[in-house]
Amino acid sequence: MAPILEVRGLRKHFGGVTAVADATLDLHEGELLSIIGPNGAGKTTLFNLISGLDLPDAGSVRLFGQDATGAPPERLAGLGMARTFQHGRVFGNLSVLDNVLVGAHSRLRAVKPAVPIIGPLLEFALAAIRPAAVRAEEAALRADAIRILSVFGDRLIPRLDHPAFSLSYANRRRVEIARALALHPRLLLLDEPTAGMNQTETVEMQEVVADLKRSGLTILLIEHKLEMVMRLSDRVIVMDNGNRIAEGLPQEVRRDPAVIEAYLGHRATGGAAAGAAVEPAP
Amino acid sequence: MLGAWFDYTVNGFVIGNIYALLAVGLALIYGVANLVNFAHGSVYVVGAYVGWAAITYLGTPLPVTLLCVVVVCALVGVGIERLGLRPLHGASRIAPLLATIGIALVLDQVVQLIFSPDPRAVPMQVPDWRITLGGGTIGALDLLIAGIGLTSAAVLYGFLRFTKLGWAVRATAQDSDAAKQMGVDTDRVNLVVFAIASALSGISGVLVGMYYNQINPAMSFEATLKGIVALIIGGLGNVPGAIGGSLILGLTESYGIALFGTSYRNLFAFVLLIAMLVWRPNGLFAARRSLPPEPMTGTFIARSRPLKVPSWAVAVVILLAALLPLLDAPYLLQIGANSLMYAMLALSLTLVAGTVGQVSLGHAALLAIGGYASGLLALDAGWPVAVAIPAAGLITAALGTLLVFPAFRLTGHYVSIATLGIGEIVSLVILNWTGLTRGAIGLGGIPPLEVFGYDLGSVQGTYWLCLVVLVLLALLQVRLLNSHLGRSWRAIRDDSVAARSYGVSGDRYKALAFGYGGFAAGISGAITAHAYSYINHETFGATISILALTMVILGGLGNVVGAVLGATLLIALPEAFRFLAEYRILIYGIVLLLLIRFRPQGLMGTV
Ligand SMILES: Nc1ncnc2c1ncn2[C@@H]1O[C@H](COP(=O)(O)OP(=O)(O)OP(=O)(O)O)[C@@H](O)[C@H]1O
Ligand SMILES: [Mg+2]
Repeated sequence: MAPILEVRGLRKHFGGVTAVADATLDLHEGELLSIIGPNGAGKTTLFNLISGLDLPDAGSVRLFGQDATGAPPERLAGLGMARTFQHGRVFGNLSVLDNVLVGAHSRLRAVKPAVPIIGPLLEFALAAIRPAAVRAEEAALRADAIRILSVFGDRLIPRLDHPAFSLSYANRRRVEIARALALHPRLLLLDEPTAGMNQTETVEMQEVVADLKRSGLTILLIEHKLEMVMRLSDRVIVMDNGNRIAEGLPQEVRRDPAVIEAYLGHRATGGAAAGAAVEPAP
Repeated sequence: MLGAWFDYTVNGFVIGNIYALLAVGLALIYGVANLVNFAHGSVYVVGAYVGWAAITYLGTPLPVTLLCVVVVCALVGVGIERLGLRPLHGASRIAPLLATIGIALVLDQVVQLIFSPDPRAVPMQVPDWRITLGGGTIGALDLLIAGIGLTSAAVLYGFLRFTKLGWAVRATAQDSDAAKQMGVDTDRVNLVVFAIASALSGISGVLVGMYYNQINPAMSFEATLKGIVALIIGGLGNVPGAIGGSLILGLTESYGIALFGTSYRNLFAFVLLIAMLVWRPNGLFAARRSLPPEPMTGTFIARSRPLKVPSWAVAVVILLAALLPLLDAPYLLQIGANSLMYAMLALSLTLVAGTVGQVSLGHAALLAIGGYASGLLALDAGWPVAVAIPAAGLITAALGTLLVFPAFRLTGHYVSIATLGIGEIVSLVILNWTGLTRGAIGLGGIPPLEVFGYDLGSVQGTYWLCLVVLVLLALLQVRLLNSHLGRSWRAIRDDSVAARSYGVSGDRYKALAFGYGGFAAGISGAITAHAYSYINHETFGATISILALTMVILGGLGNVVGAVLGATLLIALPEAFRFLAEYRILIYGIVLLLLIRFRPQGLMGTV
């Protein structure tokens, strides 16, 4: 079966810095692939290239069997790709519920008829008039959003109407994941979902991601916390300085001398998060 | 013939030098403070008047005149930075931009109150001989201006390149966080940069006064705009680029005048501005073609929880407003009708600037389009007024969206600059398209308001019509805000990148917002035109755009009830204090500044 995501020879420079040198990866249906590597390895840049926020200098991306190289993010969302952001990009002035509903935007049908040219005008009119079909759709999306938010227990449900800026850091990260799930993605990109979380919160998030994987969702994960990577991943790719330095099963990668070297090397020069990553190594 | 071209070239260079003195300061400020300083032209006017006062009252010779200007303007610059902008560190991203607009209003009004709005002649302090050269001539003043331009550039270069403070300025411009970590006192750098930039701006003002032999307080707006155009041509924050951009702008204008006449001069400048923003937003001299990312710190608007007004209270207020005509107080009703017309504009702007985050500084142009469309449909095509007004709304919706469309991919400051430019272009087109708009004469004899035979030309009639239209527009807007459109618009404002990642296309939803905003503003302009029976290209000027922005901020960005409240307060209160009429605009400026500083979420809270 063809992979869901095929990345070939992706490259990106920023001025003199080669953020991503030659990224190649395949991701199959139902798989969870982790990308790890020290700070500045190019992981987030790779996500930005795949998700259409940045244009690659070279290489290609195929998504669900279609060419998606340099495609605008709106189109990728329509195809069923959702992503979260490393530093958390919730819509600060929107309520928790509205944040999640924005995630469902590409699922709107009744209020957003696929008519060329006058489509936007129809959308405007339908939003103003709100016929029964539109109201039903909105109600269904709301119910679905609340169901998704309940994945996080009672962390967010009591705060549906709170503006996102008033939430704790961990809750904002949860909102972001709920927003991504509201798209009903076929491919989910998670950029350090546990960054800045304490031990309990990390374990909780790990369970959520494990459940998502169990439900059959295909996931590309960037994560510094190796314990979580080891537990969840089917395969791991290790990046350093824009290059892929290792790929394989979690256990193999963990023992790869090049990987240990990369982490230790960075640790010697003061890489902060690298230390955390090496800790669980035997 | 060739001599004339020589003269135009000299003129272009001289004007270019004057623009350069403005643009260099803007570039320095943008570099260290990440801010387009909309008060820059006001400092230039201060400079012009200080120079004029020094010569007139103290009889100072030229070097002393310039020294006075430099000192006073540098102090004004220090005041702007220290009192106006520094307290806003950590505020929302638009706060400093709005503050410079408020400062501009205040400075202009202070100058006007001290020196009167009448034009003054700056005595020439240079001998008026001219050298004949290849058929054209160069005068002593031309040489002086060129000399001051070159000297300033050289001194500035030396300062930035060879002094410790200059190094600190460059370090701050490159990365202010890194500079701070390396021990650079960035507050001091900002202060110095504002002082230098303002001094240069002031010198530019005196020189212009001498060159055209006339100054007036109103010239600040144009100076700010021209400085910004030159800045954009050179690339934001690029100091040598700003000089190049200024010379290009000066020459373009000069040759443009030679070819098409004086009234097209500004049109060239603003068309150049829009073209640059669309095709080369980084300036002519930058290698990159895409926009540099805006700093991602903080939110765009102030965070707040809006005040919830119960619907019965709104209903009561509407009812009371509907009963106002029974009081039989025509003066009160007139104020009421004015407030309602402004409230429609505020609704439109609060959607565009507040809900979608596109701080439009040219919103009055939508009124102009609506007013002219309705007036012309009624006058020239003989349409009934009741048909012409909604048609004008639709025309404004379409035309307004089309005009702003090129600016959709811009963000933050760039949007404000682009809308400012587009607003000026609209008013210049109205002025110059004589065949359609009757040009400077304006549109007179516009038929009074009537709806299918019912005469609404009376004050009561106008008031009731405005009230009905406003209530309908406000209800529609609230309904839209509660739909998926509302959250999509606000998502774009809060984080356009994340919004796009979830399929919320910026272009599509900005177009819908500007379309609706254009409709509401167009209706407002149309009603105004029929109520006044006369409009011209100046009826809906930049001051109205700024006033509308103040209303919207006063009410709370994005807040529908707030917009109506803000409009009512800012129109009605000055009437209550009629003895303060002279200070009206000054008060608006101060209100704007105080709001930004102490209550950025406005009275009702941002939505
Ligand atoms: N927009 C940009 N402009 C310039 N350089 C950039 C940009 N984005 C990333 N870089 C550089 O590219 C390199 C890779 O950065 P990236 O954010 O992809 O690393 P990362 O692996 O995600 O690191 P971290 O673990 O810290 O998140 C870094 O050297 C970074 O400084
Ligand atoms: Mg990263």
